[in-house]
Amino acid sequence: MSAVPLAHALGVCAALFALGLAGLLVRRGLLFSLMCLEIMLNAAGLAFVVGGSRWAQADGQVMFVLVLTLAAAEVAVGLALLLQIHRRFRSLDPDAVAGMKA
Amino acid sequence: MNAGALLPWVVWLPLASAAVLLLWTRIPRAGVTLLGVGSIAGAALLTAATSLQWLGAREPFTVVLWQWLQLESFAPRIALHFDGLALAMTGVITGVGALIHSYASGYMRDDPRYRPFFAYMNLFVAMMLVLVLADNLLLLYLGWEGVGLCSYLLIGFWNHDPANGAAARKAFITTRVGDTAMAIGLFLLYRELHTLEITGVLTAAPLVWADDTWTPTLVALLILGGAVGKSAQLPLQAWLPDAMAGPTPVSALIHAATMVTAGVYLIARLNGLYLLAPGALAWVGWIGAVSLLLAGTAALVQTDIKRVLAYSTMSQIGYMFLALGAGAWQAAIFHLMTHAFFKALLFLASGSVILACHHEQDIFRMGGLRRALPLAFWSFVVGGAALAALPIVTAGFWSKEAILAGAWSGGHHLWWAMGTACAFLTGLYTFRLVFIAFLGSEHTHAHDEDIWRMRVPLLALMLLSVVGGAIALPLSGVLPDDPAKPASHLPEILAVAAGLAGIALAWLWYGRGAEGAPAATPLRRLIQSGWGFDALYDTLFVRPLYALARINRRDVVDQVYDGLAITLMWLHRLALKPQNGQLRWYAAAMAAGIVVLVGAAQWT
Repeated sequence: MSAVPLAHALGVCAALFALGLAGLLVRRGLLFSLMCLEIMLNAAGLAFVVGGSRWAQADGQVMFVLVLTLAAAEVAVGLALLLQIHRRFRSLDPDAVAGMKA
Repeated sequence: MNAGALLPWVVWLPLASAAVLLLWTRIPRAGVTLLGVGSIAGAALLTAATSLQWLGAREPFTVVLWQWLQLESFAPRIALHFDGLALAMTGVITGVGALIHSYASGYMRDDPRYRPFFAYMNLFVAMMLVLVLADNLLLLYLGWEGVGLCSYLLIGFWNHDPANGAAARKAFITTRVGDTAMAIGLFLLYRELHTLEITGVLTAAPLVWADDTWTPTLVALLILGGAVGKSAQLPLQAWLPDAMAGPTPVSALIHAATMVTAGVYLIARLNGLYLLAPGALAWVGWIGAVSLLLAGTAALVQTDIKRVLAYSTMSQIGYMFLALGAGAWQAAIFHLMTHAFFKALLFLASGSVILACHHEQDIFRMGGLRRALPLAFWSFVVGGAALAALPIVTAGFWSKEAILAGAWSGGHHLWWAMGTACAFLTGLYTFRLVFIAFLGSEHTHAHDEDIWRMRVPLLALMLLSVVGGAIALPLSGVLPDDPAKPASHLPEILAVAAGLAGIALAWLWYGRGAEGAPAATPLRRLIQSGWGFDALYDTLFVRPLYALARINRRDVVDQVYDGLAITLMWLHRLALKPQNGQLRWYAAAMAAGIVVLVGAAQWT
């Protein structure tokens, strides 16, 4: 049932990843940054699934579950930080908190 | 109890008192007086006890306190050596020192820095005692530098006036030039003889240098450099007149009676070394002879009461150097002692005059002080008579005659002539000072401010200036015997006549006092400045040094290291630039980095 060729599927992955990265680089807003990170993680996860289905192995899906877990954990911490930043700086612009560099 | 048991306490007492006075800042004034004067008086009593015990057997002894340091075979000890010469010096330092301390407790009674003054004075006495009691040259050098430090602290004691600080620095730096020469001399001595113990040096030197005169001459000349600096002789004499910026008791103790005679002591102590180097010994005599004439003439035209005495001190130490050069070792030390008596008396009396005239020091603005200050007047008459070597009745006569007789019978007729000429100058400048300040009409209103603590030392020193010539110092075991007395009495009579002629001329010119200072002709100005040595050294050394310092203001060597530091700082800033806290730049940099890494992995 290989209706979708491998190259196309990986192309979608790459496009998603590029979109996420571009969004991360250009959007000024921590919420969007987090969402972009989610997109990039999902692009990577999709690549695992595509690979798993190409070689008919469960490993790809296992890895995807791992990526999802990781993403959930990351979002939990990220959102907590985001709330704190919003409370302290009254802004979600990552450049506004540039002063927090070491 | 053996005689040595008390000796360390002679040093400990002033040293401990100095430490207490330096550290206990809230000590009451009476406590300062008690400690400051009492410790020196105690040291004088202990010296007297030690001396009396020593005079029984007359055996030199050494008290070893502890090992100072040990480097392979170099092992100097903290040890005190006591013999006839040490007895004479210790007696002068503690005896005259106690009298001057007593006077100082009155002279400085209203000074706000009464406590530090006595702390420095006591430290000075302790260091001077270390100098004369040291059994090795390293310990002697410690005392040597210690008295230099105290001299610096006390010349600049009234430090609210920058001129006093400049005088203190001048004294310190000038003597340091001599001290450096002396240190090199000691290094050389140690390299050649492998010991710095004085008795060891004196026994080893004739064996090691049996047929070598060049090395002992070099060592002796280098050590002479130190002596010349400390004793204010040519060519390192320029600091002494400026040193009069200190309080008058300081001038009496340090710059007349004790420290400036340290050079004489050092050469006398190392007599064996100088006997091996006749060339260096001749230098000693010539330096003394020229210095005494130069200072004697300079004293003639001074207007400041203390500067007259300062040049006179320089001139009298010139006599001592002349005596050392002529081989009249004992006469030199004898004159050192009598000079300590009458010069201390003159300085203390001048202190009373200065105090009474509200810190006026120009003799032409005094005049007629005889009535207001009888004690100071008689002190000046007695001290001046001793300085001018009035025959028979003064201590100065006996010691100066011993020196001139030694020079004559030692065959140094030229030195004798210079000494005799200066005897004339001495009579003239001394009584010029006495007549101008004390006779004639009054130019100032003087008020006697002395208290009994000041009168007693004046009276005691007056007595010593008269009868001090009768003290026979037990020097024969330590120093070589002086040349025999000349057969004819003619040189003696001539020298006495020269002194009396000077006094007579002073009476003729200044017997009725003086009205106003004489006009300042260029020659007078030249002599007054001590023959222009200040200007000469200024042009030769001080200005070129300042010019060099100005050129090197930015410190060329330091700039290399500064440059290194600045470059590193700049690189650090550059490396810091990417860490700007902007999250999106970090992400971009990370992505770019991964691209480059993966690309590089693909490439290879």
